[in-house]
Amino acid sequence: MASGIEIVNTKYYNFAQTPDEMTLESGKKLGPITIAYETYGRLDKSKSNAVMVLHALSGDAHVAGFHKGEEKPGWWDNMIGPGKAFDTEKYFIICSNVIGGCKGSTGPSSLNAETGKPYGIDFPIVTISDMINAQKHLIDYLGIDRLLCVVGGSMGGMQAMQWVASYPDRVLSAIPIATALKHSPQQIAFNEVGRQAVMSDPAWRGGNYYGHSQPENGLALARMIGHITYMSDESMEKKFSRKLKNGSYKFSFTPEFEVEGYLHYKGDNFVKRFDANSYLYITKAIDYFDLSSGDKLFPNSKEVDVKFLVIAFKSDWLYPPYQSREIVKLLKARHADVTYCEINSNYGHDAFLLEFTEETRLIKHFLNRVYIYEGKK
Amino acid sequence: MKEKNNKNIRLDYKIIFKIIETGSSVLDLGCGSGELLNLLIKEKKVKARGIELREEAIYECVEKGLSVFHGDIEGGLGEYPDNSFNYVILNQSMQETKKIEFVLQESLRVGRKVIIGFPNFAYIRSRFDLFFRGKAPVNPSLPYSWYESPNVHFLSLKDFKNYCKEKGINILETYYLGKNNIIRLFPNLLAPNAIFVISK
Repeated sequence: MASGIEIVNTKYYNFAQTPDEMTLESGKKLGPITIAYETYGRLDKSKSNAVMVLHALSGDAHVAGFHKGEEKPGWWDNMIGPGKAFDTEKYFIICSNVIGGCKGSTGPSSLNAETGKPYGIDFPIVTISDMINAQKHLIDYLGIDRLLCVVGGSMGGMQAMQWVASYPDRVLSAIPIATALKHSPQQIAFNEVGRQAVMSDPAWRGGNYYGHSQPENGLALARMIGHITYMSDESMEKKFSRKLKNGSYKFSFTPEFEVEGYLHYKGDNFVKRFDANSYLYITKAIDYFDLSSGDKLFPNSKEVDVKFLVIAFKSDWLYPPYQSREIVKLLKARHADVTYCEINSNYGHDAFLLEFTEETRLIKHFLNRVYIYEGKK
Repeated sequence: MKEKNNKNIRLDYKIIFKIIETGSSVLDLGCGSGELLNLLIKEKKVKARGIELREEAIYECVEKGLSVFHGDIEGGLGEYPDNSFNYVILNQSMQETKKIEFVLQESLRVGRKVIIGFPNFAYIRSRFDLFFRGKAPVNPSLPYSWYESPNVHFLSLKDFKNYCKEKGINILETYYLGKNNIIRLFPNLLAPNAIFVISK
């Protein structure tokens, strides 16, 4: 696949050294902190063309282009590059790995400076708001006063809204995609089943599995459940129907249906690239997230100057469109400038990574309007 | 409106354009691909919002730089605080909404004034179709066959005036529209379309 962006490298920013550790929402302190990030395009002279892309549960800082020697581009490469929705000829794109993650930023698999061993579950619980506070340090370091846009799908959308809630004066526009102001009990339930799958695997060892193999069975099972929720009935029917891997029934319990093979494949791949404890920490952060009262999204009851583009997908039953309309409802009540579109996709929640033609049509023009507006100010 | 553009613009747009003062805030219910709102933003510096059901039209609106809500009118109106807009526009969309009373009351709540444009069911050609030809009317203001019409309500100018009287709604301005001209005589008979400006 052509990316348009050449080879990229992940960069690292370190801060919160002792005694300046970052205070978390829980009251606990975390430091020193490393943030892994990548950038694409050029920051203009006035530093006003920066777009912050925010990743979902299992994402990372590598959102576009290729790492040296790798064949697969970043996770949203279709959206980022010359002439694409986030045009790197025009905008400066930043994407960082969240704290609590396992893709270069400080998380439970990082070394605890105090003990010289990986944190494990001694790592403090982090929230979406903590993730944004950490990102703000990165933006300060890059010398960016105001982000032109914060954008992301799923947990990335939560982060986009948290940016507005935490730092309304540092954001000009936000694009929350396939997301919610808070997790419903059904969404928390799916996350809890995933966490229990990990923690009930004996290989989890109370979170201290580093030095051994990680709880692969539990994490793979969690991921399999996840993938069911990311697809739709229709997209599964289209992709697998009742097709068998070997043409006929074996009358045994080995995976025979193609859908079974797919889930196993996804699960097995996931354990190779993701830390089980990070899975626990990040899903917990998602469950704690709640901006559903207007006072939380906009603490000062004034009118909102941040422009919003809210996108949902018709067949997304994990983050159903009604949850996106809840966001819009809150914004309308504050007279915010908001556009809402429900894309008629049958890919389920995965659509935010797949429906790039429609997303591009919306985002390209929306972003251009914000860019022009910024130029006039 | 610049003279050079004037010819290509629909008569109802021209009238609505004239009604709305520069710098107003406007909510267009059923804004389509955003032509009218775009015109109002460019020429009258209005603060514009739209609600539209068709997905393709939403893309066209966003391409014009508009802020629009994808959904039906009934669902999209509720969250706006009272008097959020100087004008709410319901041009050729009222007769397509199911809960017409709800939509009208909500429009009057969120807008100080409401501009309503709708086809006149008592227009002479429609009467002719019904009375002499025994057929459901099909003409430029009611262009659909019975099986494909999005209209769920059929009303005459008289019906609407009576309704406003009954509900205590003020009619501030009326415009009776022919194909390319304003109709002055016997509008309920001779005007295929009308635009009303109403308020609480």
